[in-house]
Amino acid sequence: MQRYLTRWLDIPDLRRIEVYEAHGGYGALRKALFEMTPEQIINEVKNSNLRGRGGAAFPTGVKWSFIPKDSKKPVYVCCNADESEPGTFANRYELENDPHAIIEGILIACRAVGSHTCFVYMRGEFFTQKQIFETALGEARARGYVGADVMGSGFGVEITVHRGAGAYICGEETGLLESLEGKRAYPRNRPPFPAIQGAFGCPTVVNNIETLSNVPHIIARGAEWYKTMGPASSPGNKLFCLSGHINKPGLYELPMGFALKDLIYEVGGGILDGRKLKAVIPGGSSFPVFTAEEAVKVNMDFDSVRAAGSLMGTAGVMVMHDGTCMVEVLRTVAHFYHHESCGQCTPCREGTGWIEKLLIELEAGRGRTEDLQTLLSVATNMEGNTICVLADSLSMPVKSFIPKFRAEFEEHVRLGCCPFKEDGATPHATGGGDGVAQTPAAAPNRLSAQSTDTDAEADN
Amino acid sequence: MPKLTIDDRQVEVPDGINLIEAARLCGVEIPHYCYHPALAVVGNCRMCLVEVEKAPKLQIACNTRATDGMVVRTRSERTQAAQRAVLEFLLVNHPIDCPVCDQAGECKLQDYYMDFDRQPSRFERGRKNHKGKALDIGGGLMLDQERCVLCARCTRFFDDVTHTSELAIFERGDHNVIDIYPGRKVDNSYALNTVDICPVGALTEKDFRFRMRVWYLHRTPSVCGGCERGCAIDIHHHRGRIYRFKPRHNPEVNGYWMCDAGRRSFPALQSESRLTAPLKPAGERMAPIGWDAALAEAAAKIAELSHAHGPSAIGAVAGAHSTNEEAFALKRLMAAIGSGRIAALAWSPADAPRDDNLLIRANRNPNARGLAAIGIGADGIGPLGEAAAAGEIKMLIAMRADLVRALGEPEFVRRFGPLDYLLVLDTDANETGQMANLVLPIAAYPELDGSFTNFKGQVQRLCKAFDPPGEARSAIEILDALAARLAGAAPRPGEAPLAAGAVFAEMATAEPAFAGLTLDGLGEHGAPSRTPTA
Ligand SMILES: Cc1cc2nc3c(=O)[nH]c(=O)nc-3n(C[C@H](O)[C@H](O)[C@H](O)COP(=O)(O)O)c2cc1C
Ligand code: SF4
Ligand code: SF4
Ligand code: SF4
Ligand code: FES
Repeated sequence: MQRYLTRWLDIPDLRRIEVYEAHGGYGALRKALFEMTPEQIINEVKNSNLRGRGGAAFPTGVKWSFIPKDSKKPVYVCCNADESEPGTFANRYELENDPHAIIEGILIACRAVGSHTCFVYMRGEFFTQKQIFETALGEARARGYVGADVMGSGFGVEITVHRGAGAYICGEETGLLESLEGKRAYPRNRPPFPAIQGAFGCPTVVNNIETLSNVPHIIARGAEWYKTMGPASSPGNKLFCLSGHINKPGLYELPMGFALKDLIYEVGGGILDGRKLKAVIPGGSSFPVFTAEEAVKVNMDFDSVRAAGSLMGTAGVMVMHDGTCMVEVLRTVAHFYHHESCGQCTPCREGTGWIEKLLIELEAGRGRTEDLQTLLSVATNMEGNTICVLADSLSMPVKSFIPKFRAEFEEHVRLGCCPFKEDGATPHATGGGDGVAQTPAAAPNRLSAQSTDTDAEADN
Repeated sequence: MPKLTIDDRQVEVPDGINLIEAARLCGVEIPHYCYHPALAVVGNCRMCLVEVEKAPKLQIACNTRATDGMVVRTRSERTQAAQRAVLEFLLVNHPIDCPVCDQAGECKLQDYYMDFDRQPSRFERGRKNHKGKALDIGGGLMLDQERCVLCARCTRFFDDVTHTSELAIFERGDHNVIDIYPGRKVDNSYALNTVDICPVGALTEKDFRFRMRVWYLHRTPSVCGGCERGCAIDIHHHRGRIYRFKPRHNPEVNGYWMCDAGRRSFPALQSESRLTAPLKPAGERMAPIGWDAALAEAAAKIAELSHAHGPSAIGAVAGAHSTNEEAFALKRLMAAIGSGRIAALAWSPADAPRDDNLLIRANRNPNARGLAAIGIGADGIGPLGEAAAAGEIKMLIAMRADLVRALGEPEFVRRFGPLDYLLVLDTDANETGQMANLVLPIAAYPELDGSFTNFKGQVQRLCKAFDPPGEARSAIEILDALAARLAGAAPRPGEAPLAAGAVFAEMATAEPAFAGLTLDGLGEHGAPSRTPTA
């Protein structure tokens, strides 16, 4: 397997421009500027079947082709660097280790759609990442890759970094645009779509960092090369964010279509403490959960995961072992969406809070059997009826957790407490393997943990 | 013009309108909170979800344009389920304090619950979120954040209509609240319109709160007399008292809005100073006399003085608060007397606001244009005043014209001191009345039928909400009675007083500006008068 997204593992100091250049960096940009027309760039990306890595998997070339060719208004490119999906940490590593690939991807995208301005909307917590990225931007500017006359081509591009202030909804593309314009990040009704009326009322492309960092490689080596990796309908390599009860959590570059089973047991080194796999959320917290039986059959590409009843989203793969309380996990997920709902649409604003409140009761053993029905129907009422899909992002977990782990939810009602926790109510960590508990020993909830710093928490 | 089907009804609708408006045109109500025809579409309440054939998801009617061939279902099972769901969601954190809420009776949460839901809530346990109640946010507004459905109508009004942006949404998710910014209160001339557009009891009017349950209120369409804009209003009244003015939609005049000063102008129409009987000086004071004696005296004075000094010794001033019919009736009376000395008084207090770019006009007279159209007032009261000062005028009839206030006492005395007789027709006791030989109490505009012509020439109808106080009568009735007496006709007891419609009809024949119009034909929005602005 060839690595191209995580070349930094093989090339020290890749973030420095001399190193990046020495390894072919900005060659794709040169090609895009001097050897290709914008149409050719768009066609190459279309042919590559590159699909957006930000969660919605929309074909990137097609998205670019929606930008009006004869726009009288300026066209903008926005790089979505707001990465905040739970269990997702690929963009962060890319910013830290390969910022020039992002810049090069941005420049090629700008050339393709005729944009002279790119806004990089960066998650507010990405403080170091922003410094690294801006250092790289300074280098690129000094070398004439960014500025009024990119590589002497006469084509100008400015790149501006805009820092967010800590809200998940700013990653939703129209919420992002509102926030960029200095307003509250309330997602917009569509139509109009950003390609027609995006930032400041002008045609705009919004792409995720990982999407953009695929672009230089596609331009440099061609769509045919790209399609040699992964399935034809969703090709390329993908950055998988592996977290949870796994021996080797972390970021892995693998071809699309990689078996989830191998991701967990080979790449990830198997389940923590030698326990049994219970469940996997394959794409960040917003999507349906897989049971262990389902998980081991799935291949990780957009269409296969969809065919198996979930979505690959951001490829934030969260692994849970058999000591995990699924009521607690769902309550945690609900807490997140309740906390992050912008509150604009009635069903999402009220539904997310209602669901969390019901789950708090259930987890604490104060729930009733009817509550499960209520949860499902509230989730259904939220689904598909709102401005953005954040409402669906809670609805989908609710509608998969309850039917797939119904017995566990019912047990909480029957026992009047949580069977996974000693005191039956509040979550706490006893550490695994002390071998005393008849009920499965409580395990720390690592769902929100990112990358490799989770082990330290395990024995709190 | 797209043709579409809404609930099995075929309709043809104007281009570019949304499904809420299209449905309205064929008598179908699509419930909605955030949509308001005068504000930008935000599509946040999700109350207007409807089924549109071929669209996989339900669509929000407010953001869906009616297009040719569309098939829309507003009462299908799916639509109804979505409506019930949204209402249930809205009630999750709603305090349901209807018994103490001023909005009860005109609340869209109550109305839609009855029309589209009627299900018990399943949200029984868990605490509701608590937010601020009875917050005085300035501008005469009281805010209850718990009752708010976060439709953002108020914020859009202050952002896009007044451009003052005093309100914003703070926090996130179900903690969202409407609020003012720290240290800054609502402060603009149109703030109370947000009370009208707030679909629930979140924004209420401080002055109206707890004064009257709204289901006791009757509504009578009228026109604000606060300035020459003449905003269309509904008078909300109960047992002869006005409780509030509400703007009435008129695209030709005021859109959906009115100014706060106009809205607050009604207490002045029912104050302690209202006249309830004809008054005549008796020593130091004014004493009531009967109508018969009063009219007999006034008619006798007109006859006597015009006989002695010629008809031109009789002058008249119509205040520009007079209705078209009153002004015309006065002009007709003067013509019968044979005097052309009739002038208009269009006076605005020194502290009147300036014209702004929404509604407010510096000219505080609701019918200055109407008087001009009838041929009264091109020169103001200047020439008439000078003639009076020169002793050429012996008797003055002042209708709705507080000359002392307008001119100041010294100037009034200089000009009108030489009068032998001052006849005042007015609603309220005032300084001019103090100087009068006879004061006749007349109806204020909520108490009469008639019309005003606004500064752009739109003739709008006033409807009588209730009878004038005490023995006060409509001015046209009085002027007609005087004309009859001068003509030697016997008083006509028992006969119905002259109707404004009849005066209007005569005016339409006599005055080109009103040609072809009828009072009843003015309709909700009024009609343009026929002459261009003077
Ligand atoms: C609630 C919500 C949050 C999102 N957050 C992010 C994010 O942090 N980063 C991102 O790239 N896309 C995010 N997305 C997806 C974006 O809306 C958009 O689809 C994406 O940026 C498009 O880029 P792509 O086509 O390159 O994937 C989010 C979507 C939703 C509904
Ligand atoms: S679905 Fe939720 S997060 Fe998205 S716009 Fe509506 S309220 Fe905001
Ligand atoms: S206060 Fe009223 S108008 Fe304003 S958002 Fe709340 S419900 Fe809507
Ligand atoms: S703008 Fe003039 S007419 Fe309109 S409400 Fe105000 S005072 Fe009355
Ligand atoms: S009226 Fe359409 S969403 Fe509120």
